[in-house]
Amino acid sequence: MSQFERIRVMFGAAPRKPTLVTPEAKQVHSLKRMTKADFEAIKQHARDHELVTHKWRNRRWTVLILANLLFTFSFWLDIQILEGALTASRFVGFHLIDLNSALQVMLAHKHIIVNLFIGTATVFVLWALLGGRSFCSWICPYHLLAEWFEWLHLKLVSKKLVSEHEFHRGTRTVFWVIFALLAVVSGYTVFETISPTGILSRALIYGPSLALGWVLLLLVFEVVYSRRAWCRYVCPIGLTYGIVGAVSPVRVEYRLDKCFHEGDCRKVCLVPHVLDVVIKGRAADMTTPIGPDCTRCGLCVDVCPSGALVFDVKGLSKLL
Amino acid sequence: MNDKKETEAAVDATAVPPLGEAKPVVINTRAKAPVRKQANRRKFIRSTVMIGGVLGLAMLGYLPVARARNSRLRPPGALEERDFLSSCIKCGQCVQVCPVAAIKLDDIDQGFGVGVPYIDAREQACDFSCDAVQCILACPTGSLTYTKPASLDTRAGMPLARAPVLKAKEKDPEPTLNLSERIGVARLAHPESCLAVQGKGFSGQARGADFRGHLRYVAVDRWQPIPVRDHPYERDLCDLCVTECPIRDAIRMQESIAADGSKQYRPEVLEQCVGCGVCEMICPVDPAAIVVDQRQPWSA
Repeated sequence: MSQFERIRVMFGAAPRKPTLVTPEAKQVHSLKRMTKADFEAIKQHARDHELVTHKWRNRRWTVLILANLLFTFSFWLDIQILEGALTASRFVGFHLIDLNSALQVMLAHKHIIVNLFIGTATVFVLWALLGGRSFCSWICPYHLLAEWFEWLHLKLVSKKLVSEHEFHRGTRTVFWVIFALLAVVSGYTVFETISPTGILSRALIYGPSLALGWVLLLLVFEVVYSRRAWCRYVCPIGLTYGIVGAVSPVRVEYRLDKCFHEGDCRKVCLVPHVLDVVIKGRAADMTTPIGPDCTRCGLCVDVCPSGALVFDVKGLSKLL
Repeated sequence: MNDKKETEAAVDATAVPPLGEAKPVVINTRAKAPVRKQANRRKFIRSTVMIGGVLGLAMLGYLPVARARNSRLRPPGALEERDFLSSCIKCGQCVQVCPVAAIKLDDIDQGFGVGVPYIDAREQACDFSCDAVQCILACPTGSLTYTKPASLDTRAGMPLARAPVLKAKEKDPEPTLNLSERIGVARLAHPESCLAVQGKGFSGQARGADFRGHLRYVAVDRWQPIPVRDHPYERDLCDLCVTECPIRDAIRMQESIAADGSKQYRPEVLEQCVGCGVCEMICPVDPAAIVVDQRQPWSA
């Protein structure tokens, strides 16, 4: 009902049926007078007219590639906008320091200088606002490579050429604790040695290195043995950012009323455990924010045929 | 979340269901339990092996570090090697600010030193053409530092007796370089091949036509370092290490009279040497007669 319509009614006119109804509202209206057959028909309709969209994926890849190229070109072309690598950099002079690298250095070196603190605090606030693990899917160069190799892995699995092996997801927490302890005890930033994020970021800026062999090895392991193994079961960077983004206002929101519980979202998700709520009977409320381990990659938003998963900014949606 | 559910289901199956609650669902779970239990055990073993494997590979990084202690010339202002490796965040900002591209990053064959900066003085020495030791300024973690915190290690002979004077800005109001410790010290390693010791001169490109290294020649351009090959020399007695040294009073040509009355020459490294490696880079004989001993303290 438009504002004009509401004012018209206030002055004494009888309310009229609206001429423009949003598709979302239409769907809710139809849900309210539905039989099981109707429901099946709607489901089928959504399937048949499924919008194959890669909106969020394309946006994300663009951001990820541009961010990493900005590092590269700042050095190559000497434009000096984003100097350094993903582990630590300066954005037009302001220090930015990767939270996990900062943690490793602080624990190993046990001495924190002002610049290190400022850079870490800035990045902490930035990702606390932008969704924590969104660092993973929107910035981390290994995530993009792993995404492409995951496609290959799934292809091979569907042809039964390789089989999928899961690990216990608790391993990532174990790694986080062990790498933190190792840094304290050994005095070396042990994790940085094998971090594909750091290795790739430096390779993109300063040229190829032998260390890329390790990254390739990880990718091969993921293709032939276990889907997205590094991101899912090992990478402490993901857990660090996950903790930071635990209360982030930017998240994906699940809307029960739109969901047909077909589970496509769980199939494309890097962290399907956060989508447990979409299983029939699991949602406790009409809307549920997806948990902090979600990388905000938007694959589920793209794949959902009925709009049950959407990006949401806490507070902002209410304001608008 | 799934694992938890599975474990709970397995536990449920072993318990006796209370009367009246024995639903078909429970019976189903019981039937699946041994399989699930086995799958869970496999997963657990697999996970443990994976943790061991990744940690083992990560700890391999210790081997090159333990073996190759002190084998690299680090950028100016670097902390002691151990502190340096622990504090460096491997971002390469020092690489980016160096006007002569003297700083390179180590590879994974250096273990925990992967991504850590070093200088190969023979290929490209630090000639301080940035004037302000920009790499130290760029370092976000204090791995390279103008003033070292008192709590960190300092070896005797590493701090410089007095602030080094940079020849290029000798006439400036503040001619000194903001550097309190040396990164090494030069040494005439092969006196027998030194042209000065042999009483020989030198003419031509110091390192040949293919050498890519740069150096700042104040007489040519105060602000822009140029390729060494574009600056040929003409010397009656080779003294490149002495004249091209960017630091005042860090090296001199020692003159002596031999028994037969002939003059003898020999470059002599002095206490103001900071270990930048320009002498090693410019030395026209191969291998260089004068080299920098990385991380070595001064000893008279």
